[in-house]
This record gives sequence, structure tokens and C-alpha cells, in this order.
Amino acid sequence: MSAPRILDPPPTTFADPPLPPAGRTVRKGRRSWRRAIRKDWQLYSLAILPLLFFVIFRYLPMIGNVIAFRRFRPGGGIFGEYWVGLRYVKMFLGDPTFWSVFNNTLILGGLTLLVCFPLPIVLALLLNEVRTRSLKRFVQSVSYLPHFLSIVIVAGMIMQMLSIDGVINQLVSAVGGEPSAFLQRPEWFRAIYVSSEAWQTVGWGTILYLAALTTIDQDLYEAARIDGASRWRQTWHVTLPGIRPTMVTLLILNIGTFMAVGFEKILLIYNPLTYETADVISTYVYRVGIVSGNLSYAAAIGLFESIIGLTLVLSANLISRRTVGTSLW
Amino acid sequence: MVTGIRPTRGYRAFVVVNAIILTGVVLVTLYPFVNIVARSMSDQAYIISGQVNLLPKGFNLQAYGHVTSDPMFWRNYGNTVFYTIVATGVALVLTTTYAYVLSKKHLKGRTFLVAVAVFTMFFNGGLIPNYILVTNLGLKNSVWAIALPNAISVFNLLVMKAFFESLPAELEEAAAVDGLNTYGVLLRIVLPLSKAIVATMVLFYAVSFWNSWFSAFLYMDRQELFPVTVYLRNLIAGSTGAEMSGAIAESDEAQVDATIKSVTIVLTTLPILTIYPFIQRYFVSGITLGAVKG
Repeated sequence: MSAPRILDPPPTTFADPPLPPAGRTVRKGRRSWRRAIRKDWQLYSLAILPLLFFVIFRYLPMIGNVIAFRRFRPGGGIFGEYWVGLRYVKMFLGDPTFWSVFNNTLILGGLTLLVCFPLPIVLALLLNEVRTRSLKRFVQSVSYLPHFLSIVIVAGMIMQMLSIDGVINQLVSAVGGEPSAFLQRPEWFRAIYVSSEAWQTVGWGTILYLAALTTIDQDLYEAARIDGASRWRQTWHVTLPGIRPTMVTLLILNIGTFMAVGFEKILLIYNPLTYETADVISTYVYRVGIVSGNLSYAAAIGLFESIIGLTLVLSANLISRRTVGTSLW
Repeated sequence: MVTGIRPTRGYRAFVVVNAIILTGVVLVTLYPFVNIVARSMSDQAYIISGQVNLLPKGFNLQAYGHVTSDPMFWRNYGNTVFYTIVATGVALVLTTTYAYVLSKKHLKGRTFLVAVAVFTMFFNGGLIPNYILVTNLGLKNSVWAIALPNAISVFNLLVMKAFFESLPAELEEAAAVDGLNTYGVLLRIVLPLSKAIVATMVLFYAVSFWNSWFSAFLYMDRQELFPVTVYLRNLIAGSTGAEMSGAIAESDEAQVDATIKSVTIVLTTLPILTIYPFIQRYFVSGITLGAVKG
């Protein structure tokens, strides 16, 4: 997942030509491009369809965000009608619902990161200590299973388990409590969201750590043992440093998706009674834009979310490169 | 961490605790499945009174009959199969060709081509511009609304690129000397050597399209076009609506709902559960390959 470099110097054609000896360099650059195309035109031709995909379905929508600053008429062009400046930005900055969903996004994203980032590490370390091969494989197989389910199925299960007649309420009654419709109570939403998220992702999240664990040099353990290190100290001084690059990479990626907290799942399990804690930026964008048809206003909020997401991942990457020397590119 | 050293007392205690924790993980993971199956085969009355837990009570399969006799259920199931096949096919062609191009280290402009793809992992247009685009392209209510906007997953692309890069260059050079052009090399030399990764890609894409619901939910206006995930979504979402107004939860209709929902969940989960044991290892190796080499 250490993705290829995107911050590298761009290839020649896209760089500004250096000023003084400009004429010469440009001509040379052109000539080598002509040679490259003559030699590899078949390869380039294979890239045409995929590039069209990226341009139309990835970059065009990015540009389409200009409607955040333009008046948009349904049925009109995809870039809207005329400029309105920062009108929609000012509008959402003054919208109390926006700040409430912004808060909810930060809290849900933060809680998810806090719980769902460390748990796979712990589980991987525990699995790593299992000596019986078949047993280890069995636990792994079972724990990966929820990853393969559609989010709709997961939502369905959550609803069944939390319904008045569901197992959770059976437990509640068994200990003498009063059954309650948990999915309709805002104070429970975060716990429900985060625990179901953990259920679905923890097992799958161990894969990369388990792979990293197998690459740790066994001699290091031998050396640690000779130095009299207990198992606990071996874990602390050999195992954890060994999987640190994986941890950092996954942390950065997790931070990158922080703002986009489980949009689909929330959309499936929230309801007007729980908006107070459950409504996040992406679900608000959906309701304002798609359901109510205020596309420009919704696009302005969505753009804000994307920019924060990009900023988060870039800064996390930068901090990590400066401090621990691991980065995505 | 296997050793010949005699385990200490602390370590033996750890082994026991570890076994308990891992057993707990297995039970917690499996429990919702068992519960939903039990509910799907139980009598309404027992479910409503909150008595169904691990085993069905008042065993009957009536609800299975109800769901399977709904023609819309099968129609939507068929749509899921159709959408999955088309979308996976499109995704496979685009991902393979682009990954192959990106794997050619000598290619001029390669860094730029990689950057075009990777940047989209960290920044995207967002829901609204995508919605406007798909609507304006006239893709609504067609399989293309599902297949085209999701045709390349950059993660899958990088996995495949890493695989192609690991193939020995000599083979392709020899083929080129024998007079095969680039397309020929890709089709006759590279792809036959890449069956494992192609299978992995098919699974990655097929499972994700099979499970997807939001594109269809957004772009399909008519019930007969829904995939089965949207069928299920409407079933469960409809019921929260009813529960919310409290009193309706007691009505007959809501009672029928309880098993019907469970049955639909079971029936939509079944295909994935059936093939899961066989596909799991491809997923694991694909993920690991992408991470190590990507």
C-alpha cells in the first residue's frame, strides 16, 4: 500500500520549461516524446480507455465541484449557470445543522479510529502466539467473514439484534432492565456504530499485520532471549518495531478516510430520531442535495469535506515522514 | 516465536487467556449469523415475545416460502447477477490494460499515468458532482450507472501492477523478437501467466459489485431494476419507519415482517457464505501482494 510517488517531479512535458536555454530543452523533450510514442504507441493505446475513465468519472466530477460557487439548474449543464461566489460557503458556515453534523463527523470518526485502529493489531499479536496451525487458521477464517458481507446485510443484522425482541434486549431483560428501542435513541448511536464497525473490520484488519509479522527476522528473538528478555519484552522490543511501518501506513490511510465515516452504514441505520448524534457531513450532503435537490449547497459542503480529507492525509503523511520516516510515497 | 525453552508459568497463563479471548472473538463473530438463521426459521409469536436466540423456536419454513414466492425477489436477484457480471467484465478489462501499461518501467510518462490514478485515492469529486454527471450522461436506470463510475479500483490496479512487474521481462522480450506485438504479448504471453491474479481480481470486483447497493439505490428508479441488496434495504428501512411510530410495531404486518426480514437476510447472505471458504485465500494473498509491492 506504499503507493507510488505522486509528489515526484512531474514528467517532462508537464513541467514548466526552464527559462534561459528554453528553446533547446523543449525541442529535445519533444523529440524524445516522439520517439517514445513511435516505439510504444501500442502501449499508450492500451491506456486510452482507462484514462478516459479517470478523466470522465474521476476528474470531471472534481471540476464539477465548481457548482459549489455557481447557480445550478436541474436539467441544465453539469457546471451550472452563473457565478454566485462564496454564497453557498457562507450559507453552510452560518448553518447550525452543518456545525452539528461536522461535530458528529469528528466524534464518530475519532471514536472509530480509536477503537478500530488498535484492535486488529492486538488480535494479530494474539493470533501470532497461537502454536496450533489449524486453530489459528480457523480463527482467522471466521474473523474475516464479516468483511465479505454487504453493508445492507450488516445493517439488517444490527436492526434485528437491536430490535425490541432482539438478543440485546433479551440480555437487558435477563438482567432486569427495561427493553428499549436502541436504534431510536441518540445516546446509543455512537456505541452501536463503533461496535458494529469493529465487528465488521477487526478480523480483516489483521491480514496486513500478520503478513508483516512473518517478515520479522527470527534471529532478533533469539538475540533478545539470550539477553534474557521475557516474552512481553520481546513483543515490545522486537515485534512491535517490526510491524511499525505497517502500523504507520495504515494509520495514515485511516486518517485519510476519517471524514468519510461509514456513509452507507449510517444512511442505513440512522433515522430522524437519532440525527442528533448520527447525522454526519456525508449523510447531510445526501439529504440536502439528492433528497431536497439543493445541489449547489450540498456540493459546497461536500467539497469542504473532501478538502479536509485531503489535508488530513497529506499532513499525516508529512508528519510521519518527518518523525518516523515512513510515508505513503 | 516457537522456542525450545520451557514455558514459564506466566506464559502458560497467557496461553489460557489467549485461548479464551480468541474463542470469544469466534463466538461474537458467528453469533449474529446463528441468531438470524434461528429467527428465520421460528414462529412469529416466539420472535415477538423475544424468545428466539440460538435455536429456532416453533420451527417452520413458512417465511422461506413467502419470500421465495415473491417474483420481485427473484427478479432483483437476477439483476444482481447481471449487474455483477457486466460490471466485473468492464472493470477487469480496464484494470488489466492499465495495470499492464503502468508495469512497463521504461515507458515515458509512466509516473504521470500512475499519479493520475493514485491521486483519486485521496481526493474525489464527491457525491453531488458524480450524481449530476451520471444523470446528465443519461446512464440512469441502466447497468452502466453501476459499472462505469466504479470501473477501476485503484487499490486493485496497484495489486495487478505489482504482479505484472514481478513477471520476468525476458519472456516478453523473447515473444517480441518472435514477432508478437504488444497486444499479442499481453493476450498470449502475459495473461496466461497471470491466471491467479486475474482470478483474484474477478473475485475482488465481483464481491464488491455483488454487495453494492448505493449506486443502484441512487440511479435506479424502478423496482424491477433493483439489485437484491436494494430489495433488502427497502424491506428493512420500511420497517424502521413503522417501528418509529411505535404503535404500528404491534400490528400484524410488523409481525410478519420479523421473520420475512430474517429470511431475506439469510437468502442474500447465502451465496457469499457458500463460496467464502474457497475464495478467502485469494483475497488474503491479493491484499498482501498489494501491500508489499504496491
